[in-house]
Amino acid sequence: MTNPSIAEDGVALRIQNLGKRYGAVTAVDDVSFAVKRGEIVGLLGPNGAGKTTTINMILGLLEPTAGTVRIGHVDLRENRVAALSRTNFAAVYAALPGNLTVTENLRFFGLLYGVHGLRKRVDELIEEFELMHLRHTKCGLLSSGEQTRAALAKALINRPQLLLLDEPTASLDPSAAQIVRQKIQGLARIGRCGILWTSHNMYEVEAVCDRVLFLSRGKILLEGDPRTLPGLHGAATLEELFIRVAREPLAKEVS
Amino acid sequence: MRIRPIAGVVLRQIYLLRGSPVRLFPMITWVAIDIVLWGFITRYLNSVSGSGMNFVPTLLGAVLMWDFGTRIMQGVSTAFLEDVWSRNFLNLFASPLLISEYVTGLVITSILTSSLGLAVMLLLATTVFGLHFLAMGATLAVFLLVLFIFGVTLGIAGSAIVLRLGPASEWLLWPLPAVLAPFAAVFYPLATLPEWMQAVARCLPPSYVFEGMRAVLAGRPAPIGLLAPGAAIAAAELLIAAYVYGRVYRHAVRTGLLARYSAESSG
Repeated sequence: MTNPSIAEDGVALRIQNLGKRYGAVTAVDDVSFAVKRGEIVGLLGPNGAGKTTTINMILGLLEPTAGTVRIGHVDLRENRVAALSRTNFAAVYAALPGNLTVTENLRFFGLLYGVHGLRKRVDELIEEFELMHLRHTKCGLLSSGEQTRAALAKALINRPQLLLLDEPTASLDPSAAQIVRQKIQGLARIGRCGILWTSHNMYEVEAVCDRVLFLSRGKILLEGDPRTLPGLHGAATLEELFIRVAREPLAKEVS
Repeated sequence: MRIRPIAGVVLRQIYLLRGSPVRLFPMITWVAIDIVLWGFITRYLNSVSGSGMNFVPTLLGAVLMWDFGTRIMQGVSTAFLEDVWSRNFLNLFASPLLISEYVTGLVITSILTSSLGLAVMLLLATTVFGLHFLAMGATLAVFLLVLFIFGVTLGIAGSAIVLRLGPASEWLLWPLPAVLAPFAAVFYPLATLPEWMQAVARCLPPSYVFEGMRAVLAGRPAPIGLLAPGAAIAAAELLIAAYVYGRVYRHAVRTGLLARYSAESSG
């Protein structure tokens, strides 16, 4: 699945033959793909497909049993600090500490990521995500939409080359979700950030992602443009394709 | 190790104290209560004892030093548990923060918080009960250093237990100092203990400290022969605790425990 046409200097993430086994259970099986800088790639699949396991391995939270993860040119196993300094993430299940204010959280994570000129960077992000009036509010007191904006601000604190977003709009109303999507698209285009996006909202994926990867039972089954992929596989919409991939046996898909 | 991430870990704890000053209350209250309670007990013992022995330095001094060690332990553990309670492990360990930087940050935090407790204890013990603790001079610094290392060791070991066994195991942490106190010979000479307890006590650095403290208070010279093995054991146990913590962390990354930790915290 690795795309050799991607020039190395334009790669935000390259995963090769990644695998994770828990005893006899294979959670991720020989997965390979790349994310270019400036590209938004959707990582799709039903619950238990291996999406979060893959993301956890990219973030160094879980050790693979096989394969490599490279952030830019840096191998995660060989140089964890350099690799993770270029990465960041936001996920609905990883809220910022609720007992710190927005500013305190951004400063805290800015220091963890070794950000220089931190005060200025925090101010920039607070302005960009329209958190000025909430900067001294504890994150636990923010609404879902505000928490998502704060989490995205944290995810950008180190100007990452690679951004992992696990259902970033899951708890947002349609209007707030649209604003967040626009910001992320702008980030990919202008900030030259590679983005790996997981979502169960196929309309959103179609609107945002340049490319999608369908993961099922730990393997990548399909890859392509979310706008043309359904037609290539006889489906009317991405959602229909998703449902088919999720329900059909793996053996049939592979054959 | 890098300064910025360590500063981040410390700053986070400072923010917590600033945002919720009530957190300072237990840091000061428990040690103050201990000193007041034991201060009056020692006064009473002085008044009824015909031995002529001054219980203030031996008992109150012992309380002060033991509290210092346990506050260090609790400082490390509590700073770690803040990340457990706020389910911050994913954000924390998905960052470039090294485990050594994280632990160093926790230890620095505990120095700050326990220094506050130590200052309160010294102030109360000196002004209210006439304990001239600083009269022990440089030996006192060695005593405190060994107890500091012991407290850090317990804090790291306790955090490793919670990381390995899950958030609910924090309840195993808090009784640890009380369980160890009888073996540490805080209030009585080591010879008072039965043989098997003495054997356990010899593995605990505080037992050397308190034997040494009693020797100094009895007017004998600084017991280098006691303090040197005590300090060596403290240093060795610290290294073992750091090694164990590293192993537990590696296990958590290998098995997925770290990635699942937040979910288990909510249960």
